[in-house]
Amino acid sequence: MNYTPHTDDDVAKMLKTVGVESVDALFDPIPKGLKLSSLDLPPGLTEMEAMALLNDLVAELRQDAPALSFLGGGAYDHFSPSVVDAVISRGEFFTAYTPYQPEVSQGTLRAIFEFQTMISELTGMEVTNASMYDGSSALAEAVLMAVRINQGTKVLIPRSLHPFYRKVVETYVRGIDLEIVEIPWTEAGTMDLAAVKANLDDDTAAVVVQNPNFLGVLEPLDELGEIVGASKAMFVAAVNPLSLGVVRPPGDFGADMVVGDGQPLGIPLSYGGPYVGFFSTRETHIRKMPGRITGQTTDVDGKRGFVLTLKTREQDIRRERATSNICTNQTLCATAATVYMAALGPEGLREVCELNLANSRDALEAVTSVDGVTQAFSGATFNEFVVRTVRPAADVLASLREKGIGGGIDLGRFYPELSDCVLTCVTETKRQTDIDCLAAAWGEIL
Amino acid sequence: MSDSNTHSAGPGGVDTSAWDERLIFERSRPGRRCVTYPKPSRTVDLPESMRREAPPALPEVDELELVRHYTRLSQMNFSIDTTFYPLGSCTMKYNPKVHEKAARLPEFAGLHPLSDGNQAALKVIWEMEAVLKAVTGMTDFTFQPAAGAQGEFVGISLIAAHHRAQGNDKKVVLIPNSAHGTNPATAAMCGYRVEEVKSTERGTVDVEDLKAKMSDEVAALMLTNPNTFGVFEDEILEMAKVVHDGGGLLYYDGANMNAFLGQCRPGDMGFDVVHINLHKTFTTPHGGGGPGSGPVGVKETLLPYLPIPIVTRDGDRFSLEYDRPESIGKISTFFGNFGMVLRAFVYARMLGAEGMRRTSEMAVLNANYIARRLEKTFERPRKAQPMHEMVLTAERHKKEHGVTALDIAKRLIDYGFHPPTIYFPVAKVCPESMLIEPTETENCEMLDRFCDAMLAISEEAAGNPDVLHNAPHETPVRRLDEATAARKPVLRWKPE
Repeated sequence: MNYTPHTDDDVAKMLKTVGVESVDALFDPIPKGLKLSSLDLPPGLTEMEAMALLNDLVAELRQDAPALSFLGGGAYDHFSPSVVDAVISRGEFFTAYTPYQPEVSQGTLRAIFEFQTMISELTGMEVTNASMYDGSSALAEAVLMAVRINQGTKVLIPRSLHPFYRKVVETYVRGIDLEIVEIPWTEAGTMDLAAVKANLDDDTAAVVVQNPNFLGVLEPLDELGEIVGASKAMFVAAVNPLSLGVVRPPGDFGADMVVGDGQPLGIPLSYGGPYVGFFSTRETHIRKMPGRITGQTTDVDGKRGFVLTLKTREQDIRRERATSNICTNQTLCATAATVYMAALGPEGLREVCELNLANSRDALEAVTSVDGVTQAFSGATFNEFVVRTVRPAADVLASLREKGIGGGIDLGRFYPELSDCVLTCVTETKRQTDIDCLAAAWGEIL
Repeated sequence: MSDSNTHSAGPGGVDTSAWDERLIFERSRPGRRCVTYPKPSRTVDLPESMRREAPPALPEVDELELVRHYTRLSQMNFSIDTTFYPLGSCTMKYNPKVHEKAARLPEFAGLHPLSDGNQAALKVIWEMEAVLKAVTGMTDFTFQPAAGAQGEFVGISLIAAHHRAQGNDKKVVLIPNSAHGTNPATAAMCGYRVEEVKSTERGTVDVEDLKAKMSDEVAALMLTNPNTFGVFEDEILEMAKVVHDGGGLLYYDGANMNAFLGQCRPGDMGFDVVHINLHKTFTTPHGGGGPGSGPVGVKETLLPYLPIPIVTRDGDRFSLEYDRPESIGKISTFFGNFGMVLRAFVYARMLGAEGMRRTSEMAVLNANYIARRLEKTFERPRKAQPMHEMVLTAERHKKEHGVTALDIAKRLIDYGFHPPTIYFPVAKVCPESMLIEPTETENCEMLDRFCDAMLAISEEAAGNPDVLHNAPHETPVRRLDEATAARKPVLRWKPE
């Protein structure tokens, strides 16, 4: 099956207009030695056959999947209201091009202007761009932007930052020779503020914090904000946007840049992507900001309209002096997040956050009531927590898996000192029976 | 409905609504609800300093209001489903509906990236890798890059890692002057200085200039083929030899891969790294600007540096390998835009080898058909035969009638067509340029309608240039004041 409409007659007629004998002749510019005689691929399929192939894969996935999963760690199982997919399934949204022609792209531009407004509201920041690839690359771009602003030569990064985010930051800063200083965590699981103070100096480009951090713990942004605010360093926070329905946003504490992954805002897990990064900052920094931004203006008749703006920062105009090379972003996922936020509204967002808090607290209490399981860190949490066990985490998770439960993430994989620790995520999608099931399974395996 | 559709001056082909849908915040009423949740089992206390005080000012709307708002917004867009996009370098082909169905299968859509029940997903990645290896002639691929530009960043980072490992001190990346803006931006991000290579009158890279610019300092040449003029770089083998002999590597920007899918392969041309835009050649939808997917393929020499993890196979079992000490690291939080890879996989399997060849054949035929029909009216500044796209110029129209490529582009909207790519990326060498790429999925009636519109607009330019200067006439908004937007940025809604 392919999607080319021409009949043989059409082709003949067109060749005549073009003035060549055959379609093959159109490929004459390709040197003879480079032409392929055959392509090593299986024969094509009809849609019916392709669906059958997909159904086989689906059957395999179904067989492999745990009956119940408590995985989080940067990607979260949340309920996405039907309106979200209904809206982004409209061809006018998902088959549109980048809105470089604003007169025929007002739909996308207005949706993205709404996205920028809603994310700014959540993060407590003044401005937000039109999206980044994902949370980790958004954080990496924030670190690069901090260096553009203050020419610092090192960045303080907490050990409790998502290890994959850290890896992405390391890849992005390789071109600029930036020193990365790791800040340890305290017994509460929060960033060690004494270590921040000890390492913060005039050469520091940025202090990064993640809230909640990879241990699920909420950070003391108020104290951290005071410490960083008294320095030249940029205060960069990576946040779970959903949590901001109940958690105070970094904007309240003087953050310079707030970034994160919008996946919790109604975007399906899809084995890691597509998700959507967001990037918020203060107005004073906007000309140093990476990525597309939508702005409001008027047309020749004085009517309000929206355009991509501040384009002189971007690669298509500024080329090697651009603030970033980002071009295509994740607009459709940003649109989905916008519909999600609009569908929940302030009250729905608060409700879903309270459910996450309550369910995860219920699960923490139920699991730690099992002998041999304790809470690893004392800090406040949102929807993830770490428990320490008397057996290696890898063994425990394998035993839970035999009972059909994906019990969480083995933290020993990332931190050798936490090889007896499991990171468990409990969102609004889990019911009391699911939590009972998890706790019962823990009881049976220990 | 607004009255903006009452001053009709166009042929009435516009495919958007004429209404002016307000922002959702302006439809908001305190207390309105859409989604609600069950009551929680308890109230959890958070420390005072951590609990949000005032709720975020999100809109408050009911579900019907919300659906009408976004439906009406969508109808203010052009899209492939409604409109022909002859948008050069962007490959706006039809996005098959079965791809959307595939990506929404709950087992795929609900698969957590850290789940161990991932065999079928890894199989999709593995098989898509096999497809890309076959069509590019490369040794291995990573699917982590979320878009072409991130693919470029990975590709140039791999080249940098290679040179570092070899102890080579390289400082320069060579780029043709017709390159896409992401190429120089990427080179700069990776710490390289950019030097431009000239193009010839035919539209290909000036090999003599390449030889002159080649030195010990050159890390790589970044190239698109066919290039941004739509012309095949027929001296590619010689160019590859010049660069390789000088100790550099060749980077292939796969933006224009649709021109020779199944006909020839960048790997055979001597490229060491390639990135493919799945959202172009493999027709994953553009989504109004993303998500895309920019897989990167490498030859043997660059294998050790690929981002982690890579997918490996042992018999019937697939796994993710993280322990690769020479890797450049991670580029995506997880494995890139898997949902896009899945769509592209369905496309590739349905096309098969025959479908791929047919795809490039019809893409090139369509472009040559348009070129032939329009080249007497709009000059082709580079004469070599175009492949899947061509540059036309409105220089004559500007000189004779004061009408620019921008005016023609905007007037096309009135005829119901998305404008071609104008000015960029070849404006420096071709003033008033229009880059036109029809793709293989348009039928000949549509191609004729488009050519007829271009010819009619050319007539209008002579007889009534103001109808072009003031175009578009029938869209929800008309030409916008971009200067004020940038000078006094309004980047979020605020209550009056």
